[in-house]
Amino acid sequence: MNTKSTTTLNIEKIRKDFPILHTKVHGKPLMYLDNANTTQKPQSVIDTLKKYYTTQNSNIHRGTHYLSEVATKEYESVREKVKNFLNAKSEKEIIFVRGTTEAINLVVNSYGRKNIFEGDEILISAMEHHSNIVPWQILCEEKKAKLKIIPINDNGELLLDEYEKLLTPKTKIVSLVYISNSLGTINPIKQMIELAHRNGIPVLIDGAQAAPHLKVDVQKLDCDFFAFSSHKIFGPTGTGVLYGKSHLLESMPPYQGGGDMIKSVTFEKTIYNDIPYKFEAGTPNIADVIGMGAAIDYLQSVGFEAIQEHEKQLLEHATELIQSVEGVRLIGTAKKKASVLSFVMKEAHPHDIGTILDREGIAVRTGHHCTQPVMQRFKIPATVRASFAFYNTHDEVEKFISALGKVKEIFS
Amino acid sequence: MDELRELYQQVILDHNKNPRNFKTLQHVDKKAEGYNPLCGDHYTISLSMKNDIIEDIAVEGSGCAISKASASMMSNAVKGMTKKEAEELFEKFRSLVTRNISLEEDIENLGCLGALAGVAEFPARIKCASLPWHTLHSALSSQNSEVVSTE
Repeated sequence: MNTKSTTTLNIEKIRKDFPILHTKVHGKPLMYLDNANTTQKPQSVIDTLKKYYTTQNSNIHRGTHYLSEVATKEYESVREKVKNFLNAKSEKEIIFVRGTTEAINLVVNSYGRKNIFEGDEILISAMEHHSNIVPWQILCEEKKAKLKIIPINDNGELLLDEYEKLLTPKTKIVSLVYISNSLGTINPIKQMIELAHRNGIPVLIDGAQAAPHLKVDVQKLDCDFFAFSSHKIFGPTGTGVLYGKSHLLESMPPYQGGGDMIKSVTFEKTIYNDIPYKFEAGTPNIADVIGMGAAIDYLQSVGFEAIQEHEKQLLEHATELIQSVEGVRLIGTAKKKASVLSFVMKEAHPHDIGTILDREGIAVRTGHHCTQPVMQRFKIPATVRASFAFYNTHDEVEKFISALGKVKEIFS
Repeated sequence: MDELRELYQQVILDHNKNPRNFKTLQHVDKKAEGYNPLCGDHYTISLSMKNDIIEDIAVEGSGCAISKASASMMSNAVKGMTKKEAEELFEKFRSLVTRNISLEEDIENLGCLGALAGVAEFPARIKCASLPWHTLHSALSSQNSEVVSTE
């Protein structure tokens, strides 16, 4: 283990909590540096899922029997956990969805369809994930509205002057990524939300990459909507959260119709349920929501202060070392960055680098990371992206950098 | 490392560095565009046909070493072939990279293309090696210079 000074985190102990980190890939110890893609799960999350299916499985909000009560209580207790995790005002503002993508689609289809009309403008940034581009494009096509883009500079930072100019009386919503998944940029969203609000425009924050790295306070940010995914915060796949201010959620029509989202149904008229249930049609992903609760408990037990300090050191270490590798060009050099290192190499295409690293047991993502417009902006087809979580070590950073030497060995 | 050396053989690295037939054609009879949206590999294959024979072939585009070397070696291999011969070679190539041929003799019959046999050990990369061939197939099936997108 490298001796570079680290934080109060007991990494060795933390790594013991993640069984998958002790597996081997191609005969080498796994080095999992693909955390911006999805994160690994601690034993407590795995145990929670097992416990649910072994002793608690039942449908929620429906039964009068014991198991249904247990499952309902467990499920609803996660709503309270999420409320505290985001510092929302009320549990009513927490809607369980499949993930960030569905959360955005919910806002687009419910809030967007009700409030956006011909000639209106929707403002997003040049570093959005496809999931915060395509749903808006579909709406624009349907409503004959316009999608406007906040440009970025060569470091991958948003141009705030341009942003201010793009906020016009025609702008009906701003939808912004908190932390870019392909560049690592942490956007000044508090300031940007304030600017939008001065113009009376609501703001949706795509927090998929933010939730695992920093303490989110939706009241302090004053965002109108906030979306994140469970699988990126060390929880199960297939679930996530949309936070929305209650007065907005109350004014919005349902997103999907079905069971659990109604108070009463007749063929003449249906009365919808109150929020948040109005937006949770059908039997939800009960087990994984409960698993997400265990992931939030885990994250909070580690603590964001320590997480941020450790990840900052990992990023600084990796950035310093990679800059000494000849032929490497970093993509995303913002002043404020999360632990994401995107780069290209003169000698080899990202896909070839990914294959060579994989044989060393190193998992990175290669490709456009669902941000093709970012690739176009930097005139590259793809990047290699190493993304670190709090369970990664300085030793892994060094092995990753030295594995880039293998790329040179093969391609020179 | 051995499997990697098997994948990135000298001949592949050479075709990657100096790809053959990466040019534009004066006269194009058939053309198709191949794109892998997952990794951004993007090639356009143009053909100049004389009756049923591929008289000349040009590749434009870019991608990883495997797709580029595959496009380069393919262009050498199919030049002068009839449409039918080229399609048959595509079938053999497909068998090669999906490990449906393992006999040394069969691989040797594929000549230089046999160098891509190592791809079979890397399932994530089979698409890279096949992309230029799918694009050629689209070009051969296209009417005139209609642009067909694969994937």
